[in-house]
Amino acid sequence: MHSTPNGMIGVSVEPELRSRTMSTPATPQVHVTAHTTTTERTSNAAPCLVTDKLNAYFGAQHAVKEVDLTFFDRQVTAIIGPSGCGKSTFLRCLNRMHETVAGARVDGRVLFDGLSVYGGEMNAITVRRHIGMVFQRPTPFPTMSIRDNVAAGLRIADGGMPSRRKVDEIVEQALKKAALWDEAKDRLGASAVALSGGQQQRLCIARALAMSPRVILLDEPTASLDPLSTQKVEELVYELKSDMTVIIVTHNMQQAARVSDRTAFMLTGELVEVAATNAMFTTPKDQRTEAYITGRFG
Amino acid sequence: MTAMSPTPNVPHSSIPTPIANRRATARQGRLRRRRVMNGFMIGMTYLVAVLASLPLVFILWHLLKAGAGFVTPSFFTNMPKPVGETGGGMANAIVGTLVLVGIASLVGLPIGIGAGLYLADKRGAPLATAVRFLSDVLNGLPSIVMGIFAWQLLVRPIGHFSALSGGVALGVMMIPLVTRTTEEMIRLVPNSLREAALALGYQRWRTSLTIILRTALPGIVTGALVAVARVAGETAPLLFTAFGNQFWSTSLREPIAALPLQIFTYAISPYDDWHAQAWAGALVLITIVLVISLAARFATRSRFGPAVD
Repeated sequence: MHSTPNGMIGVSVEPELRSRTMSTPATPQVHVTAHTTTTERTSNAAPCLVTDKLNAYFGAQHAVKEVDLTFFDRQVTAIIGPSGCGKSTFLRCLNRMHETVAGARVDGRVLFDGLSVYGGEMNAITVRRHIGMVFQRPTPFPTMSIRDNVAAGLRIADGGMPSRRKVDEIVEQALKKAALWDEAKDRLGASAVALSGGQQQRLCIARALAMSPRVILLDEPTASLDPLSTQKVEELVYELKSDMTVIIVTHNMQQAARVSDRTAFMLTGELVEVAATNAMFTTPKDQRTEAYITGRFG
Repeated sequence: MTAMSPTPNVPHSSIPTPIANRRATARQGRLRRRRVMNGFMIGMTYLVAVLASLPLVFILWHLLKAGAGFVTPSFFTNMPKPVGETGGGMANAIVGTLVLVGIASLVGLPIGIGAGLYLADKRGAPLATAVRFLSDVLNGLPSIVMGIFAWQLLVRPIGHFSALSGGVALGVMMIPLVTRTTEEMIRLVPNSLREAALALGYQRWRTSLTIILRTALPGIVTGALVAVARVAGETAPLLFTAFGNQFWSTSLREPIAALPLQIFTYAISPYDDWHAQAWAGALVLITIVLVISLAARFATRSRFGPAVD
């Protein structure tokens, strides 16, 4: 299944960008280490996505304040914090979705493999093709079949739609990765909205995976799901990190503890603390973090 | 309201029997009054619903009674004949109406749908507010004024009446109708779908066309059909644009016959057989609108059963 070193499952959306990123000095060992153990990964993981004094605004409201955070390649980073702390907004800055809201504004830098996401080096479309996103509520396209939903992003790949056979192959692999293949393989032509909520969410994950992103952003992906579907998505997150960087926003601390390698805690738009998940939940350094994870507020 | 609530929870044993009886009677009285009122209001809604659809039923019934006997195969294939001759038809007017509606759709649908997309996308922009207001004004414009506009715009410069000018007049009438329904339908598409497409790397224009427009399509088609149905029956804007034609013509540069014009001419004539033909023409006009509606609905039906609204 891993046809390329970094676990791409489909066509390369923008080959020239990939080759550029490969030669970027900031990430020397990313593409040569196909499979590493967890300990090796933590010890010599390379930064994949770095934010530098990132600020986000909605009009006059200052939603994210001066956040410096580094996400390492093939790790799961969880962002936790009480409602309204800016964690979703922060996540949406990483793939330039924040700016699609009227009146929204970003300043500061986001570096993706050393390239500036907000500079002239990448445009929003390119950024979003490499940094996939899954939302809180499932968003299957209601007019498309299950297959076409998964292939929706491929349609717009540079160089046009891949051949039918290639698309079918990518769809199958993406659905398998999203643990939906067994349930969907006999009705790929059926409406995507006929699936259950949990299946729809896995379909949306498959849709993001079909683009073979380097990073996948999960914005409270299990908030609208039942416990069984939640468990499936969490297992999926664990699988995904062998291929890509995962950033998950969650208001569920148990979930953060279960799936993530590192955890970041945000409060009123500021990054309070970031540490290895184990350390964060056993020996938090900041008083506020301790108060939050022991349930004294939030 | 407050009078009703305190009684029920009091145990019966603790209340002297006469009082309990009186309370029970009062309760039953109120219940009966509510039932009667409920039945009355339900009856009223039924009555009003019937009243609302009654005109259409009468019109259809009368059209069928007066016109159905004259809707023969030759009515569709023959040209109008002089008074007194039997077997005349409205072939030219039927084709003419189809041509005019075709031109109107080519003018009205792209502009209307495009403007609707714009209004839905740039909801609060000053230009959007202006366009929305002007569109409503245009919608309220008397259709005869639209005819004068098309006459000034196309008939005068060209020098004679033409199918093109009639089609444009009808097309301009369609624009505000299509614009506003398109805007409303697109607003019904959840913003989360737009975000999902953008997050996949869709460009803004592609998101609008392939995701939002496609999802809103059944509603937009319904709006477009209402517009087509409305202009198909318009007479006033055609009086000095398409003008009408007693002969066979499908040329866009020549005057062209149209069912409403033909119905008008025949209806105000003093001849009984022309009156009958006018009824038949009206019946055919309604049927054409119905067929167009059904065909378009069929063409845009969801692949997955009932349309997603």
